[in-house]
Amino acid sequence: MSYPSRWEIFWRTVVGRAYPRIIGTQRERSWLFFETFLPLLQVSAFVFVYRAIQAPPEFTGFVVLGGAMMAYWLNVLWSMAAQFYWEKETGNLELYIVAPTSLMAILLGMAIGGMVATTVRALAVIALGLLIFQIEVSIVSVPQLLGVFLLTLLALYGMGMLFSSLFLRYGRQASHLSNLLQEPVFLMSGFYFPVRALGFAAALGASVIPITLGLDAMRQLLFPAMMAQFRFLDVEIELGVLAVLAIVFLWLARRALSHMEELSRKDGRLTIRGQ
Amino acid sequence: MSFELAVKTEQLSRVFETKKREITALNRVDLEIPTGELFGLLGPNGAGKTTLIKILTTLLAPSGGRASVAGVDVAENPWEVRRHISMVSGGESSGYGLLTVEENLWMFTQFYGINGKTARARIRELLEIVGLADRAKTKIYHLSTGMRQKMNFVRGFLTNPEILFLDEPTLGLDVQTARTLRAFIKDWVGKGLDKTVLLTTHYMQEAEELCGRVAIIHDGRVLACDTPGNLKKRLQGEVVFRLQVTAIASPEKLLEDLRGVRRFSHEEINGGTELNLILDDEKALPPILTAIQQSRGELISLEKSSPTLEDVFISMVGRGLREGYDNEGTADGEPR
Repeated sequence: MSYPSRWEIFWRTVVGRAYPRIIGTQRERSWLFFETFLPLLQVSAFVFVYRAIQAPPEFTGFVVLGGAMMAYWLNVLWSMAAQFYWEKETGNLELYIVAPTSLMAILLGMAIGGMVATTVRALAVIALGLLIFQIEVSIVSVPQLLGVFLLTLLALYGMGMLFSSLFLRYGRQASHLSNLLQEPVFLMSGFYFPVRALGFAAALGASVIPITLGLDAMRQLLFPAMMAQFRFLDVEIELGVLAVLAIVFLWLARRALSHMEELSRKDGRLTIRGQ
Repeated sequence: MSFELAVKTEQLSRVFETKKREITALNRVDLEIPTGELFGLLGPNGAGKTTLIKILTTLLAPSGGRASVAGVDVAENPWEVRRHISMVSGGESSGYGLLTVEENLWMFTQFYGINGKTARARIRELLEIVGLADRAKTKIYHLSTGMRQKMNFVRGFLTNPEILFLDEPTLGLDVQTARTLRAFIKDWVGKGLDKTVLLTTHYMQEAEELCGRVAIIHDGRVLACDTPGNLKKRLQGEVVFRLQVTAIASPEKLLEDLRGVRRFSHEEINGGTELNLILDDEKALPPILTAIQQSRGELISLEKSSPTLEDVFISMVGRGLREGYDNEGTADGEPR
């Protein structure tokens, strides 16, 4: 009997696990409305605050970009970090482990599926935001902008992959952990304002969340004139740090997964439904 | 790849440590299951069946001893073991509700690296066999429990595993669905393609109908392992009666001092009590009937029967397979 190679199993698993996430958006179109319209309301509140105090128009752009990137953070928290716990409760996790595949491939599939589905929502928020609030952008460099965006997602979803193993250890507390991280990160990563406003030390601490540097760099590349006085670090430095964060998070995610699997085989609770 | 023994365990043990105590789920289990056998593992809840399956499917590590599947040590090389196996559990709720039956099944085939064309062909074929072809495009959250379990079955067989672990696969299913699935398992093993099935169940009829050999497991130990026929021969010197009576408050008290009662089990059915009695001989029966009368119970039916696997189990363990721990019944705890 011939068996598929490890590589073939790996990439098929990535595609297989990404599928439900991508197709899920098509099946439940109401999600698109709620996940576009409601964040836009939230964004609008900040836009009107900035307008009321006669802040420069670029601040509207800062907020809309933050609102779009927020979708990724929520996706990482609720559909990556907490996901293995839900998979365990439905019995899927056992089946993933029993299959001759890699859990990294499962996580990667979840991440890619999540990115694709969330990008649709993020683009919708940006498009509507640009249209409704008449925001003007002057892109400094398209390749740099794309590079920052992709590295931010890579690092962010790498962190989500790491969290998925860690959250599994806390079982039912996973949803509390997600709640605990949700709002503070909205503040610390500067979703609605340039992160430098927090002060250098706080911004440096917040940089461990990849979206902090990603947002700062993207704002610099989209609103260069205004960001000249608000930038936290140079775009090149932020790109470098994001690349390091991506590598570190993916490496840690792999280590954490192996550790979690080993631990679960030893103590018999982590991956088995109802334990 | 060929291997003589699909499953082998040597002194296999598993201990779970909790804050308060240690629980021995498996205690020095020795088993050998040759390739091509449909092997049954019988035992009540908590006997250690599922723990054994979790170890053999690489979900749990043994605390002691060794286990190999397809000739590969489960602790040393779990990935290699996983290429040969598949698992289906009763009451599974795996998959994603938003996906259709065929999409869910396709997704699971991808975790085994099966190409799309082969996967789709197998899905069609297997859904046809279990009578679920007309539901291929149905989202799984619209499926009934029985249909969902049929889909789980298909998932287990889709990868054409050499060794299949079925953990209480017909749990909670209606009679017709359970029958369909049993026929499917029998047919799959019967094709002579060196397929091996390890089935855990607490349905005696299922074990008798399907399994070439059966191991009776209780409190983590294998008490006996043989063909159903040979196991039943162990009770040839004894007499088995099944009595249906109106509800009796405490069957244990009623039977504990009576001579000739080797073992018994009881179950509350439709407001009455069903007693399964294993007696030394027929002479032990009249005092039992008298005792029932004296405790104001009325005899509804009485049947002398050939020993079944359930009786074998009762004679070894001292209680029926479906009984809870709080109403187990032996005349004096050990065989007289």
